Amino acid sequence: MTADTEVPPIVSMRGTTIEFPGVKALDGVDFTLRPGEVHSLMGENGAGKSTLIKALTGVYQIDSGTITVGGRTQTFDSTADAQAAGISTVYQEVNLCTNLSVGENVMLGHEPRRTFGIDWSGAHKEAARHLGSLGLDLDTHSPLSSHSIAIQQLVAIARAMVLDAKVLILDEPTSSLDRGEVEQLFDVIRSLRDKGVAILFVSHFLDQVYEISDRLTVLRNGKLVGEHLVGDLPREALVTEMIGRELDELAALSTVADRTINRAAHPVLRAEGVGKKGIVEPADLDVFEGEVVGIAGLLGSGRTELVRLLYGADKADSGTIAVRGKKAKIHQPRHAIDSRIAFSSENRRSEGVVADLTVAENMILGVQARRGWLHRVSKAEQDAIVSEYMTALGVRPADPNVPIGNLSGGNQQKVLIARWLAMQPELLILDEPTRGIDVGAKADIQRKVAELSAQGLSVVFISSELEEVLRISQRVNVMRDRRKVGELDSHDVDLDGLIDYIANAEADAPAAAQKGA
Amino acid sequence: MTAQTLEAPKTSSPGAIKQFAARHASVLPTLAAIVILVIVLIGAQVEFGNFLTARNMSALLLDNAYLMVLAVGMTFVIVTGGIDLSVGSVMAFTGILGSSMLASGTPVWIVIPAMLGGGAAIGTLIGVLVQYFNVQPFIASLAGLFLGRGLAYVVSLSSVRVENEGILWLQTTRFYLGDWYITPTGIIALLVVAIGAITMAWTRFGRTVYAIGGSEQSARLMGLSVARTKVAVYVISGLCGGLAGLLLTAYSGAGYPRNGIGTELDVIACVVIGGTLLTGGRGYVLGSMIGVFVFGTIKTIISFMGAEQSWTHIIVGALLLLFIVVQRAIVARSDRNT
Amino acid sequence: MKLVKSRLFWPAMALVTLLVVNIVVNPNFARITMRDGQLYGAMVDILRQSAPLMLVALGMTLVIATRGIDLSVGAIMAVSGAVALTIIDGSGDPDNVGTVAIAIGVAVLVSLVLGVWNGFLVSVLGIQPIIATLVLMLAGRGVALLITGGFITTVNSDPLSYIASGYLTLLPFAFFISVAVIAVIALLERRTALGMLTEAVGINPEASRLAGVRSRGIVWGAYIASGVLAGVAGIIYASNIKAADANAAGYLIELYAILAVVLGGTSLMGGKFSIAGTVIGVLTVQTLDSTILFFGVPSAQSPVFFAVVVIIVVLVQSPRVHAWGRKVGAMFRSSKETPRDGTPPGGATATSAPVATKPEHKEVSA
Repeated sequence: MTADTEVPPIVSMRGTTIEFPGVKALDGVDFTLRPGEVHSLMGENGAGKSTLIKALTGVYQIDSGTITVGGRTQTFDSTADAQAAGISTVYQEVNLCTNLSVGENVMLGHEPRRTFGIDWSGAHKEAARHLGSLGLDLDTHSPLSSHSIAIQQLVAIARAMVLDAKVLILDEPTSSLDRGEVEQLFDVIRSLRDKGVAILFVSHFLDQVYEISDRLTVLRNGKLVGEHLVGDLPREALVTEMIGRELDELAALSTVADRTINRAAHPVLRAEGVGKKGIVEPADLDVFEGEVVGIAGLLGSGRTELVRLLYGADKADSGTIAVRGKKAKIHQPRHAIDSRIAFSSENRRSEGVVADLTVAENMILGVQARRGWLHRVSKAEQDAIVSEYMTALGVRPADPNVPIGNLSGGNQQKVLIARWLAMQPELLILDEPTRGIDVGAKADIQRKVAELSAQGLSVVFISSELEEVLRISQRVNVMRDRRKVGELDSHDVDLDGLIDYIANAEADAPAAAQKGA
Repeated sequence: MTAQTLEAPKTSSPGAIKQFAARHASVLPTLAAIVILVIVLIGAQVEFGNFLTARNMSALLLDNAYLMVLAVGMTFVIVTGGIDLSVGSVMAFTGILGSSMLASGTPVWIVIPAMLGGGAAIGTLIGVLVQYFNVQPFIASLAGLFLGRGLAYVVSLSSVRVENEGILWLQTTRFYLGDWYITPTGIIALLVVAIGAITMAWTRFGRTVYAIGGSEQSARLMGLSVARTKVAVYVISGLCGGLAGLLLTAYSGAGYPRNGIGTELDVIACVVIGGTLLTGGRGYVLGSMIGVFVFGTIKTIISFMGAEQSWTHIIVGALLLLFIVVQRAIVARSDRNT
Repeated sequence: MKLVKSRLFWPAMALVTLLVVNIVVNPNFARITMRDGQLYGAMVDILRQSAPLMLVALGMTLVIATRGIDLSVGAIMAVSGAVALTIIDGSGDPDNVGTVAIAIGVAVLVSLVLGVWNGFLVSVLGIQPIIATLVLMLAGRGVALLITGGFITTVNSDPLSYIASGYLTLLPFAFFISVAVIAVIALLERRTALGMLTEAVGINPEASRLAGVRSRGIVWGAYIASGVLAGVAGIIYASNIKAADANAAGYLIELYAILAVVLGGTSLMGGKFSIAGTVIGVLTVQTLDSTILFFGVPSAQSPVFFAVVVIIVVLVQSPRVHAWGRKVGAMFRSSKETPRDGTPPGGATATSAPVATKPEHKEVSA
C-alpha cells in the first residue's frame, strides 16, 4: 500500500527547534507522519534523527515550533504523556526490563486488576493475545532475558499495542538482528501498517529502508533536507542528500592520494578473516608502510566494529593479524600498543578524553601507561612532547594546563591524536577523527595525516564524509551491512562512483566477502 | 518471505523441571537459602538433639521480629537497586522517642503514630535526596544513619524503661498452640511480611519496584512512575524502621539509644542471603524472611554451643560472600543471554 | 579571584570559619601552652586526635579516586588493634620495644592481607566495591572479637602508649605519623605517575583501557593501601585507649572518612583527588567534633551535626541545585545566554556534557 498524501496526518511537527548549549540539534524542522505509512527518517550521525524522536516521545522538550498529534497541539513533559497521546517507541537497545517475564513486560503498568491486586492470569492471557496478534507464540511466563534481541523487540512492539499506539517509532530496530529476524520484524511492521498504524522507522541499512518504507525524510545537521516518496528517490540521490557535499578549502590536498605506495614489502598490518559473530563478518585488510587506507560506509556498516577488533578493544573470534609479517596476538589494547598500533576512537567523550585531566596529562597518558607508574614522564619530557604537538597540531588554546574538557571538540581531537603520535606508532587507526568539529580543525587534522603518512606512518582512516576519505587515502575499503563489500583504488573512482558503490555493490561480490563466507 | 516458525520454548517441551527453572531462575537463590536453612536446622538437631523444639522455633520468630520487619523494608529498597544504611539508627531513634514519650505520660495512641511518623520522615528525607538531588543511596542513607543516631541521643542519653502495659502486652502475651506460641510482636512481623510480599507481587507499585531495579531508564521510558516509587521505597523502609523500633522497645522493655548499632549490616546480609540481588531487580520479601531465619538460627546455634557470639558475624559474612559470588555468576550468565 | 577558584578554597574556608567561631566563642581555644618543652592546647589535641581518621581518610581518598569505596576500614582497625594487643599481652614483657615493634609489624601485615582481599574482590572478581567491602565490614569485627576472646584486652605498655600519647620534641608523636604518611602518599602519588593514572582510571575507565593503562593493579593497590593505613590507624587507636576494643575501635570511622574526603573536594564519582583537600577535610571533621563538645553538646549527639553537614555537602554538589543556581544567576544577569558550569564549592566535578543537562529536568519531573 502506498501512502496517500490526502490522508490527514497523525503527527505534524512544524518549525521544530531544539537547542543545546552552543548547538542547534534541530533547526526549524517540519515533519509529517500519516496513518498507515512506514516513514523512514534518514541522516548521518548528528543529523538530528534521535533528537527529533526524543522530541516526539517527550524525552526532550522543544524550544520552539509545534507538535500536533491527531489534530491536537501537544506539549509532552514526559514519556508517559507521549504514550497517552498514542506514541510508542521501540529503541535499539530494547528498553524493557530483562529481569521480568515476557508477559509482564508487555503489560507493565496496564495489568488488569481485581479487587485484590493484579489479575496475573488475566494479564498473561492478554499479553499472549497481543503477542499472538503479531504472530508470536511465546511462554509469557518465561523471563525476557531468555529470549533473543529480535524477540525482545517484538515484545516491545506488543507492549505498544497494549498502549493502543497510533504511532510506532522504531529506532534502529534491525541493527542487531539477522536476516530471518529482520523479515519477521518486517512482516509485523507491514501488518501494523495495514491496520492503520503510522510507523516511523530509523535504520542505517539502506536495503532495509528501501524494502519497508513508503516515504523518506532526510535530515542533515539538524535541518530538513527533503521529504520524498520512496519511489521518487534513487539511492545515489539519497546518499547525496544525507552526506551533502561541502566544497571547502581542502581541495588542495587532493594530490596526497596520488602518492605511490611500495606494496612489495610485508604490510605493516595484515588482517585475514578477522571478524566477530553477530558484530562484523570476517574481513581482510592490508595496510602498507606510509599508506592511508580509508574505510567508507555508512554508520552501522561495521567499519568501527572492524577496527576495534584490529586494536583488541573487542576480542575477535576469528581470523589472524600479522604485524610486519609476524603473527601478532592482539586480545587487549595493550597488545596492540606493544605492536605499535594506536587507535583513536570515534567516541571522543566516552572513550577518548579523560575530561578532568589537563591537556598535557591527556597527551602523555599513553606514553605513561606504557612505561608504568613507577617511571614518571619527567617534566622536561612532558614539556617536550606537549610543545611539539601543541604547535604541530595547532591546539588552541595553547595552554597545556587547562582541563581538556574545556576545549572544543576539534581541539580535544587534536590532543587525542597527539596522545597517540607521542607513542611513536607505526600504524594509526583514526575512527571519525573529524566528526563534529569545525572546518579549520578538520583541515588541520587532514593535513597532519597527509604529512605523517608521507613520512612513513601507516594510517587507517574512517569517516562518514566520503570526500574526505577519497581525498586522503590511497585505497578505500567499502563496508555495508556489517561486511566488507569491496576495495577501491582511489585513483579509479570519484565521489559519485563511491556513493554508487556504497549504495549498490552486491554484498557478496568482491574478494573479501567470499573468503568470509 | 513468509512468516517463519517463531521461537517458542513452550513447544520444545523441555520437561517440567527445566521449564520451572527457566521461568523462575530468580527464585533459585531463595530456594538455596531455604536449603541452607533446612541443613542448618537439621545439623543443629543432630548435633544437640534438642534443637528443633516448638519452644526454640517459637523463640526464633520472637527474637528476630524486629529484624524481620527491617528486612521487609530493606527488600523494597534493594530491589530498586538502592540501599538503606539508616535502618538500625532509625530503629534506635524511634524506640527511644517512643519510650521517652510514654515516660512523660503521652498516651499510646499518640506515641505509636509518632514512632512510625519519625521513621517515615527520615525515610522521606533519604528518598528525596536520592531521587531529586541525585545523591547516591549509600550517601543519602548515611546522612539518615547519622541523623537517626544523633537524634536518639538527643532524645535521651541513657535507656528509658517502658512501663506502659499496652506496649509490654505486645511482648508478654503468648498465644499457645500446643507447645508453639506466638506473641503479638511475632504476629505483627508476619503481617508485615505478608503485606510486603503481596505488595511486591500483586500491585502495580510492587511491579514498578522490580522494573526500576531491572532498568530505571526502561521503567521511565515505559511510562511508569519512577520518581514516586523511588521515594516511596525509602519511606517504606523508614516506616519499617519505626515499627521495628516499637517491636524492639516492647521486646526489651526499654528504649536505648545504642540499640541497633550495626543492625543495618545484619539486615542487608539477611536480605542478600534470602536471595535478593544487591544490584536490584530480583528478590522476594519471603526470601528475606528466610534470610532472617538463617541468621537467627546461626545465632541460636552459636549460643547453644556456648561459643563466642562473634562467630555469628563471621559465618554470616562468609555466607554473604558466597551469595554475592553466586549472584555475580547468575548475573554474568543472564547478561550473556541478552 | 584565582584563589577563590582553587579547589581547596572552599574546604579551607570551611575549616578557617570553624576555627574562628571557636576562638571567638572561647578564646582559650587558641591558647597553646608550653610545658617541659612540649606544646599543649585544644588545637594541638586536634592534631593528635585526628591521626587515626587522617590515615583512614587518606586511604579512602585513593580508593574513592578509583571510583570505589572501602567500608571495611573500621573493621580492619579493630582487627589490627586486636592482633597487636593480643601479641603484646601474651608476651612476657609488654614494655619491651622489640615486642611492641613485632606486634605492630604483624598487625600491619594482617591489615595488608585484608586489603589484598578487598582489592581481589573488586579488581579481579569485579564485585561492586560497596558490596565487596561489606563482607569484611561485617565479618571483620567478628574476627577481632575472636582474637581478643570477646573481651576488651587492656595492656599497660609504655612503648605502645607513646604512639598515641607521647611527644616527639614539641609535638605529639601521633601528629608525626600523620605527617609522615601524608608525605609518603603525596610523594608516591605526585612524584611517580601513580596519581595521574589513578585519576585517569577513576575518571574514564574505558578511555584508560584503550590508552593501555593497567587499571587492575592500580585499583588493587588502592585497596591494599587503604587496608594498611587502616591497620596503622587501629594501632594508634588501641594505643590511645591502651586497649583493644573490637566493638568500639573504628566505629563509624568509614563514614567520617568518607565525609572528610568529600569535604576535601574529592568527588565520590571518582577521578580527581586531592591529598591536601583530604587533610583539610579531616581537620575540619575533627575540629567540628571538638567544637560540638566545646558547645557543651554530649559527644553522642554529634552525629546530628554531621548529618546536617553531609546533607549540605551533597546538596551543594547536586546537579539540581546547580541548575537552580544557574537559573537564579541568569535572572540576575537577565541575559538569555546559558552560563557555564560554575565551579561548585567543594570542587565537585560538574558534568559539563551539554546533552546530559537537557534531559535532567525532564527525568526528574517524570
